[in-house]
Amino acid sequence: MNPDSSDREIRDILRRVQRIAVVGASTNWKRPSFFVMKYLAQKGYRMIPVNPSAAGQELLGETVRASLAEAGTVDMVEVFRRAEEAPGIAREAVACGAKVLWMQIGVVSDEAREIAEQAGLQVVMNRCPKIEYSRLWGELGWQGINTGVIGSRRRRA
Amino acid sequence: MKPLHSLYGFETLAIHAGTPPEPTTGARSFPIYQTTSYVFEDVDHAASLFNLQAPGFIYSRLTNPTVAALEERLATLEGGRGATCTASGHSAEVLALFPLMSPGMEVIVANKLYGGSINLMGKSFRKFGWEAIFVEATDPEAFRQAVTGKTRAIFVESLANPGGVVVDLEAISQVAQGAGVPLIVDNTMATPALCRPLEWGADLVVHSTTKFLSGQGNAVGGVVIDSGKFRWLHNEKYPSLSTPSPEYNGITFAETFGEDLAYTLYSHAVSLRDLGSTLSPFHAWLTLNGVETLALRMERHCSNGLAVARFLEQHPGVAWVSHADLESSEFRALAQKYLPHGAGSVFTFGIKGGFDAGVRLVESVELFSHVANIGDTRSLIIHPASTTHRQLTEEQRVAAGAGPEVIRLSIGLERVDDLIGDLEQALAAAHSPD
Repeated sequence: MNPDSSDREIRDILRRVQRIAVVGASTNWKRPSFFVMKYLAQKGYRMIPVNPSAAGQELLGETVRASLAEAGTVDMVEVFRRAEEAPGIAREAVACGAKVLWMQIGVVSDEAREIAEQAGLQVVMNRCPKIEYSRLWGELGWQGINTGVIGSRRRRA
Repeated sequence: MKPLHSLYGFETLAIHAGTPPEPTTGARSFPIYQTTSYVFEDVDHAASLFNLQAPGFIYSRLTNPTVAALEERLATLEGGRGATCTASGHSAEVLALFPLMSPGMEVIVANKLYGGSINLMGKSFRKFGWEAIFVEATDPEAFRQAVTGKTRAIFVESLANPGGVVVDLEAISQVAQGAGVPLIVDNTMATPALCRPLEWGADLVVHSTTKFLSGQGNAVGGVVIDSGKFRWLHNEKYPSLSTPSPEYNGITFAETFGEDLAYTLYSHAVSLRDLGSTLSPFHAWLTLNGVETLALRMERHCSNGLAVARFLEQHPGVAWVSHADLESSEFRALAQKYLPHGAGSVFTFGIKGGFDAGVRLVESVELFSHVANIGDTRSLIIHPASTTHRQLTEEQRVAAGAGPEVIRLSIGLERVDDLIGDLEQALAAAHSPD
């Protein structure tokens, strides 16, 4: 977990972003990246897959792009690649005007974080946006998971 | 103990965790979702749920909103990542081991356990090909010596039933770590209000929620809580979590859901799906209500229990008292380390006059209830040798601390003077020749 990202920050990011590019999106529906894309697409996000080896294929109604440069304007770049590739992806995220760089669970790169933060992007590291969305909006608790969310206010139905 | 939450303390979490206002109506008391099944939005939504791609409800054998609320609350109070509720404490023991064991594998088990657990593990587990290796609960070295290539888990009770024995959790967790297997701790007698085993290195906690957690002797249930810290990924000892599951299209739980969520999701999606030992929504609701007052109740249980133990210790009709908070207890140092707020309210004493005096005592009490339960608002008494531990051998009974002269008490929340008065008159009756 990234100790720097508070629940409030994560909630703000997930409320604000609309178009999310997933670098390392797999067309194999059994892969974790597919689970994440499908879930977030169902929640109303536009999920844009990026994967050079699957470029041109159809994935959840979107054409897979060969690179971030072909993804058009995106609000957030989600990194589903090994940590060694994260700094390069961070530079591309800066170039394509993203406002958030989000590195998946297991992807930890301080270099990528610095590149993105220096360009003014918000950075989330070593977390999963699907888990965070379902945790902060209550669904993760449906499976007996400790969400850490406590409060007496009414959540949306 | 470590803080459980960055903002809130134990008593607050016991009341709020898992139970936000119900979103549709705003109902403040958490509703009982008394339903077996849930309507799918469409075929694609159903497919997502069956493929475990999205959280949601399919069928109450797997998940139910009221049960899930209790699961989240109990996971929170133990400092765990996730929890799986079960129909009873016994089914929690089976469910805790189900993702870990396979035929021919071994679980190292402390010999000081609730008698029913000794039976379950020593006899019924063999029908699954699971071998329970019993070792002396108070000797961490005995656990180390029992480790083999087939060991898949270690199981102990933190505060052992029938009472007075405190297990050295930290030392045994080091044995488990060295062996590369999870330590499972039954924390029923202590509850997370008094001891949180995950903070001492345990990987999994089980409870009979029937006892202090629900607290009023009205709801049978159990729970398995996962710390989320054990490393399952690529771990060949635990193929259930580290290799592809054909029925879920070849996903690997530890990879797809992460090592911290894998065990709890497997417990719902496979263990409960197949074993079916599910907690009912109504029992979950009763238990949710009970847990809200856990910290308050345990404080009084402990102070009442220690007062009764002190009374018995000076009574001429009593041979010995086994309560870990007494100066005479060999477990006092361990109790001060692991149970600083009190060593619970279940303990044993030896009545002079042996088996027959024990039987007369349980037949002479007026306030204490003669029942096979613990952790009730009401004070309870039992003679283990003739009841809970009856199905064991004489040797097992003595090893488990349930010899012929042993009486087990579970001290409730009545006025303590009334409890002492009842025992005083019953001891007199037990020892008067008639």
